[in-house]
This record gives sequence, C-alpha cells and structure tokens, in this order.
Amino acid sequence: MTRNEALFQFLLRLGDNTGILSHRVSEWIGHAPVLEEDIALANTALDLIGQTTFWLELAGEVEGKGRTADNLAYLRDAWDYRNLLLVERPNGDFGKTMMRQFLFDAWQSLMLGKLLTSTDPRVAEIAAKASKEVAYHLERSADTVVGLGDGTDESHNRMQAALDDLWDYTGEMFISDEVDEVLAAANIAPKAASLKTEWEELVGHILRDATLTIPDSSYTHKGGKSGVHTEHLGFILADMQFLQRAYPGATW
Amino acid sequence: MYAQMIKTASNSVKTRDEMSDSERAFQDRIDAGQKIEPKDWMPDDYRATLIRQIGQHAHSEIVGQLPEGNWITRAPTLERKAILIAKVQDEAGHGLYLYCAAETLGVSRDELIEELHAGRMKYSSIFNYPTLNWADMGAIGWLVDGAAIMNQVPLQRTSYGPYSRAMVRICKEESFHQRQGYSIMLKMAQGNDAQKAMAQDSLNRFWYPSLMMFGPPDAESVHSEQSMAWKIKINTNDELRQKFVDQTVPQIEYLGLECPDQTITWNAEKDGYDYAQPDWNEFFEVIKGNGPCNKERLAARVKAWDDGEWVRDGLLAHAKKKSARVAAE
Amino acid sequence: MSKEWPLWEVFIRGQHGMSHRHIGSLHAPDAEMAIKNARDVYTRRNEGVSIWVVEAVHIAASSPSDKGPFYEPSNSKVYRHPAFFDIPDDVGAM
Repeated sequence: MTRNEALFQFLLRLGDNTGILSHRVSEWIGHAPVLEEDIALANTALDLIGQTTFWLELAGEVEGKGRTADNLAYLRDAWDYRNLLLVERPNGDFGKTMMRQFLFDAWQSLMLGKLLTSTDPRVAEIAAKASKEVAYHLERSADTVVGLGDGTDESHNRMQAALDDLWDYTGEMFISDEVDEVLAAANIAPKAASLKTEWEELVGHILRDATLTIPDSSYTHKGGKSGVHTEHLGFILADMQFLQRAYPGATW
Repeated sequence: MYAQMIKTASNSVKTRDEMSDSERAFQDRIDAGQKIEPKDWMPDDYRATLIRQIGQHAHSEIVGQLPEGNWITRAPTLERKAILIAKVQDEAGHGLYLYCAAETLGVSRDELIEELHAGRMKYSSIFNYPTLNWADMGAIGWLVDGAAIMNQVPLQRTSYGPYSRAMVRICKEESFHQRQGYSIMLKMAQGNDAQKAMAQDSLNRFWYPSLMMFGPPDAESVHSEQSMAWKIKINTNDELRQKFVDQTVPQIEYLGLECPDQTITWNAEKDGYDYAQPDWNEFFEVIKGNGPCNKERLAARVKAWDDGEWVRDGLLAHAKKKSARVAAE
Repeated sequence: MSKEWPLWEVFIRGQHGMSHRHIGSLHAPDAEMAIKNARDVYTRRNEGVSIWVVEAVHIAASSPSDKGPFYEPSNSKVYRHPAFFDIPDDVGAM
C-alpha cells in the first residue's frame, strides 16, 4: 500500500464518519425534546457536514481521479464507505443519540488533536478548524450524558441501556491496520491503537460523573473501516443518494 | 402570514367615548407610535389577542420545520443539505424568539405547546401540505417564506415591543430564506426535463396554498379592525395578497414556468394583476383539520414532545441535584 | 409543580467592544446549559464573543408607573449635556 493509497483510505474514514453521523443527527431536526436542542443538534450536524466536505475534498485530491466531495459522498456504495459502525447505529431515543455522540466526540477530539501536528499540512489545517468545533461538541455531549445519567431514575436507566448497547461498537476505533501503519511511519496520522488509553480515561471520567457503569464486555464489532457494514448503512445511503442516483448528472 | 384568522376578543372597535380613561391613554400611546412593553397596562383583549397571534405564529414556525425537514436526509448535495438544515434551524430559532415574546404576556411556553397539541391553537394552513419532490424546497423558500416576509416586514412596526423586536431579528435572519428557495427553483427550471417537471409540479401545488396564507378576503374577514387599531395587524389580507401576486408573477416568468392561474392578467388601471381566488372551501377544511398532512404534522410534534419528556425531566433533576450539592458545601 | 425549564435572559457582547446587550431569552435547566443554549441559539451568525445569562426571575425592573418620577427629572438637568455651554469658536475644539 502506497502512502497515497493509505492517505486516501484514511481521509475517507474521517469524512465518512462525520458524513454518516451528520446524517443521523440531522434526522432529529424538528423532533427534538425541546426547541433549544433542535437548534443545538442542527449546529452539530452543520459542523459535521462542513468537516465531511473538507475531508472528502482532500480525499478526492489525493486520489487524483477528479472526484469531488459530492461524488464521493453520493456515488459510492456501502462497501466503499469507511466509517466506524458506531456512527451508523440508529438514533434510538435522545439518550442513545447523545451517548453515541459523546463516545464519538471523545475519540474525534483526540484524533484531531494528534492530526494538528500531521506532517501533511493539508490534514493539519482541516484538523485545526474541526478541532474547535469538536471541542464544543464534546463539551455539550458530555454535559448531556452526565445530566441524564445523573438525572431521574428513568433517565439514568435509559442512559445505562444506551451505553450497554453502544459499548461493543467503540473498540473499532482503536484497531490499527496497514493504513495506520503506513501513515504513522510518515507521521501523517497516529496509529489507531495509540488513542485508546487517553480515550478510556476521558470517557471513564465522564461516565463516572454520569453514575454509569461501563459494561463488562470486551467484544468488539468491527468491519466499517474496511467496508463491511451493518444493514443500516444501506438504508442511510438509499435515502441520502436517492436524487443523485435517480437523476444522474443533474446539477442541483 | 403565519397567523391567520386571529379572532380579536372584542367584535368592534370602541369609540373614544366608549373607552375608559386607561384605554384612551393606551390608544393614544399606540397612535403616537409608542411601543407597549410587558409591564405596561394594556387592555385584557389586547393581551389575549396578542397571545393568540404570537402563539400561532410561533407554532407555525415549529410545525413549519416538518415539511422541509422531510427532505433533509435526501438533499442532493452536501451544500444543499447544509443550507436546508440552516434554514430549518432558523425556523426553530424563530419559534423560540416568538414563544419568548409571548411569555412576556404572562403565558408559559409549555402552556402554549399544550394548547397546540390539544388542537385549541392553530398554526398556518400552509404546513399541512406535503413536500413531494425536491423542488418543493425551492417553492417553500420562494413562495411560502416570500409570503411570510410580506407580513413580517410591516410587523416590525407592531405596537408590542417584544413582538416587534422578535420580528426585527426574524426579518434579518429570514432574508436568506427566500433567496435560497429561488436559487433552488432556478437550478431546477434550468435543469433537465425531469427537474423542470418537478419545478412546475411544485409551483402548481404551492401557488394557491400560498395565496391562502394571507387569510380570507377582507370582505369576509371579521375582527381585523380592532387589531389594526392596536397595530398588531398592519395591512389587510387583500393588500398583502395583491402585493405578493404582483411580486411573484414576474419571478415565475423569469423561471420560464407557467403560472398555475391561467386567468392571470395585468390590470394597468389598478397597477396590479387580476388573479383567481384560491378555493376558500379548501382553506376552511384545512383549518378545520382536513388538510392532507394535518394529522401527521400534529402527531409528529406531539410525539417529539412526549418522547422528550424524560429528557427534560432528567436534565432538570440533575440541575437541582447539582445546586443542592453546591448549597450543601 | 411546573416541570418547565426556567427562563433565562441572554446578554451578548458583540465583536466591536460594545457592552453586553440584551438579545433575547431561552429555557435551560441550569446556568451552564443556558450559556451553551445561548451560544447555539443566539450566536449562529457570529454575533458575539461573550455571553451572560441571568435567570429571568432574578431581574429586578423599574415599574412602568414610575416612568414620570424616574426619568423626567433628568430632563431639566440640561447642564449635563455639552451643548448647554456656549464656548466662543475662537477657543478651538473642546
């Protein structure tokens, strides 16, 4: 695997994570528990779409075949998508959505922190912009997880159920493969596994404040990073890509 | 208008002789262009009418998220998706500003939401129509927001301070809504045959419902004199509708689309278009709850509210625990 | 007991060194969330660099019926305004 091939894959991973998560978050708009949350969720979705555009544009540039961010987002099928399984999990209730957001935000903030010093200046530049947005996402999702975890009995139970359900999807963040090896050797990106300890500390601290118990499970669902997804992704793409697929070549 | 058929509590405008001293002083302040502020004395009818009007306007913004929200996940490009989210988000924001303005009159947001969910308060008829193709995102921005702006711009001068200030903010933010809608329509009208067909179909479906947004013809519209005297309604329904038609017809021509009203003709004498009235029976049916989407729209809002209850309670319970812990330290 | 989140008044300082200005209201369970909600609701168009929130019930306001006694007396203190004083043009800018 050449460095360019590895970088292309890595950028797809970053862009697909934010792209699919923004899609999930945007499903909430108009249906949130309170108006202030509708507005906040929309801001998160907008930040994530912006990041998706940057990562996929760069991916297209690195690939060198003239594909735009929209081409990559709207014209790849599920097996070419490289996002973590975590972000394609269905929204569930608001608590599950916020738990998914928190687990991802914690990882993304650490990843972007490392990418700030990437030897590829294009990567470092996008990371610099995105890390400010993600710092806020993390603050907000962590607060909500703590607030609901340490709220009423019902909210506590729902948050514990959310954590139990999502936990087995977090391990995938830390599985290194050839892509990471190649990029780590060139100091373009960190090895996936290298973020694990810090993430566990950060997440552990917040979940303790939230009075939640980390499940006693070491099982890890995986496959998203290499294109083997859950059944959910196909439906997300069917929804998202409908117009581009039904009217090929149209401009919108 | 997001506020249609607002009933003023009283049926006729009082003459100066019929007014009490406070009512006369109140009317004088309004006539002098002064703003009425929350703690000022105001007639009970003024307060009640405003609560209904601002509340209905707020509800319209909130329910108004749904028809466009319907296409967020299907937006055809990343940029269009971002623009649409930002637009729907503004609607939530506008609903929020308006609920806050209503709250200064002594009603809570939760009370207003309860009234909406129980069917005792209405929202604009326009949001009971479905969004069936992507061009509807264009038509809504262009026609629906265009019609709303016609009403909201003069309402910036309304007599009630908090309402007026909310309108100023809303108008400022809303200026991009109509333009983004028209830009979608332009792309569609200049696109391939399927896109052109979507644009025409969308215009056909939204033309008359947009005209209905201004409310029934003046001749049949009761209760508006008092609201106009109080400056909580600035123009009549027909004035605004005429202005909207006159503004929109050339925009339809520019798109190369056909106006759904085949009878439309320029009337040089009145310096405006003669146009066909929408089917007012349909309008009253939609208001009564028989529009194509009334049930879904309200059900979606009720579900969001009911499903969200544990979240609101949970975060409030946490806030109380936290402040109790701080107090104990 | 009402389960509605309390109402907060939001004050925002814009980019240009002006004072915090009342910009609107919102609901939030506590002050921290009120600040975050204010950030999401009221700075969507880059309107501010600093946010204050105060729970609406804690605002003490002058009463409208005091308008006369409160504000009219200052009408007669015209000497507080620079234009009250005639200074010959020859003196130069002052």
